[in-house]
Amino acid sequence: MELAFALIIGSLTFAGVYLVLRARTFPVVVGLTLLSYGVNLFLFSTGRLMSGAQPIIGSTDTYSDPLPQALVLTAIVIGFAMTAFVVVLSLRTRADTGDDHVDGTSETERTQDQSTTDLPREETGQ
Amino acid sequence: MNHWLTAPVLIPLIGAFLQVFMGYAPLSLRRTLGLATTGLLLVSTVFLLMMADDGSYRAYAFGNWAPPFGIVLVLDRLAALMLFITALLALFCHLFSLGRTDVSSRQFHALFLFQLMGLNMAFLTGDLFNLFVAFEVLLIASYGLLLHGEGTARTVPGLHYVVLNLAGSALFLISVGMIYSVTGTLNMADLARIIPTLNSGDLPLVEAGGMILLVVFALKAALLPLTFWLPKAYASATAPVAALFAVMTKVGVYAIIRVYTLIFGENAGALANLGMDWVFPLALLTMVVGVIGMMGSSGLRTMVAWQVVVSVGTILAAFSLVSEAGLSSALFYTVHTTWVAAGLFLVVDLIAAQRGSAGDKIVTAPRMRNRTFISVMFMLGAVSAAGLPPLSGFFAKLLIMSAAVPGLQMAALWAVILLAGFLSLVAYSRAGSIVFWRNVDGHIGQPERLNFPHTVGAGALIAMSIAIVFAAGPLSDYTDATAEQLRDTSAYIGILDTPMVGEDES
Repeated sequence: MELAFALIIGSLTFAGVYLVLRARTFPVVVGLTLLSYGVNLFLFSTGRLMSGAQPIIGSTDTYSDPLPQALVLTAIVIGFAMTAFVVVLSLRTRADTGDDHVDGTSETERTQDQSTTDLPREETGQ
Repeated sequence: MNHWLTAPVLIPLIGAFLQVFMGYAPLSLRRTLGLATTGLLLVSTVFLLMMADDGSYRAYAFGNWAPPFGIVLVLDRLAALMLFITALLALFCHLFSLGRTDVSSRQFHALFLFQLMGLNMAFLTGDLFNLFVAFEVLLIASYGLLLHGEGTARTVPGLHYVVLNLAGSALFLISVGMIYSVTGTLNMADLARIIPTLNSGDLPLVEAGGMILLVVFALKAALLPLTFWLPKAYASATAPVAALFAVMTKVGVYAIIRVYTLIFGENAGALANLGMDWVFPLALLTMVVGVIGMMGSSGLRTMVAWQVVVSVGTILAAFSLVSEAGLSSALFYTVHTTWVAAGLFLVVDLIAAQRGSAGDKIVTAPRMRNRTFISVMFMLGAVSAAGLPPLSGFFAKLLIMSAAVPGLQMAALWAVILLAGFLSLVAYSRAGSIVFWRNVDGHIGQPERLNFPHTVGAGALIAMSIAIVFAAGPLSDYTDATAEQLRDTSAYIGILDTPMVGEDES
């Protein structure tokens, strides 16, 4: 179980980091979501992995640690709110700049902009 | 149990809730209530500062759950000092926001107060996971504040800031998980008790967790490799927000000071002074990069934003000397630089409002209105920030330099601090002489008049630099005592024995 769990966390984090480094906002948002899934699973595993164990002392012979479960719950709630915010913000960026590049303009457009005018895009776009 | 400890969290929380439900109330009512909340917060922090000055630790356990099982708030000299710095700064920033910044959106006051709540919770908490929650509270409020204002210029820097901090939060959780998996606790006092007793097999995991935690705090504090988000974000924020953000980097600095004196401090056994050999050279490089950024800025806002980077480098360089004198001088410099950098942000906004289309750009423009008054304020702020006598920056840097032990460390620290001071002076003089003295013919279409809240907000923060000079004796006594208290970690661990309510009767 530990090996499968570790591989899942690893691949989620790998995909998350790869997508965060992309240049468009949508992959970045998806990457942040995957990263937070990986982190939540990792946090859950810090209380040791065991099956059939309740987080209550005395209910069974073995019991699991309830604190990581509480931490994960908090992290999920916060991560959910943050994801909602970053989705709205990237939509706003798309609306404001007319491009879904994380810098507002893609590389080719920016070089074209600089050749015609020195002003940044925010001022010329109005 | 001391219930007063909840005041700096509860006052802005209640104030912010009132503001949320009063979005359509008259603006004057919202302003009065908002300022009253910030004023009350300042009163409560002064009260806590006097209470903490007796040198003992006070704890408040939420829900009467005994630490390390429940979450505790802990008040000591360091926490009280940071609360006071923040509350005073917040009052003047709030005053400055009246009239221009708070008109464009209904939720400005609510966001501002939620931000203060998150900051105060971060300073008071005695639990590593609660510190994460406090960071998230202050971050989500700061996202709102950063994007606040008219125009589209803020969305792209805002997106960078948000994505970077979300990645930082993920790292924070990873490090917290690594530390918890070995120690089984996240209470800071309990961690400080357990970490020296760990066996050598468990150490690498905690060490890695501690180093990742340092990366997270360095991102908040904008230490060198993680510094480049700051100038763009701060320069695009509205002035009162940028000024309040002057304390946001100090939260990262506070977290480094707290965690790396208490948990990974000198008493941490095999992990003593974890990461400090990295922080010292990085802090010096941060100062160098910051001052290069100041020299190369094309706008006054960007220049002050780089000044914030320089000051973070200075504080952390002094802290990583790992001595009582270094810690004390770092705290003294924190007090000075938070207020002065914030004051400079506000003064720059006054300048930009008087110069029409030239704004804050360092270019020649027609002569501005109220030039004498504004230029004197800018000069006082610049002299203080660059560290010239007789203002507070000079004394703060003097304390830092005298804290260095002779040797290679001293040579590096003195060289970088003196060079950074000189080059920032050059940058300020160049900007000031172009903006104030080199005027071209023409007139500025309808410059804004100076009004009372703006003048008082900016002037008072700059005047704090003079106030620090007069209060330098008591202030350095206080920071000395704080440094002494921080080095004695056994007293902090003592909060684990705080009696809960009702326990003493049974």
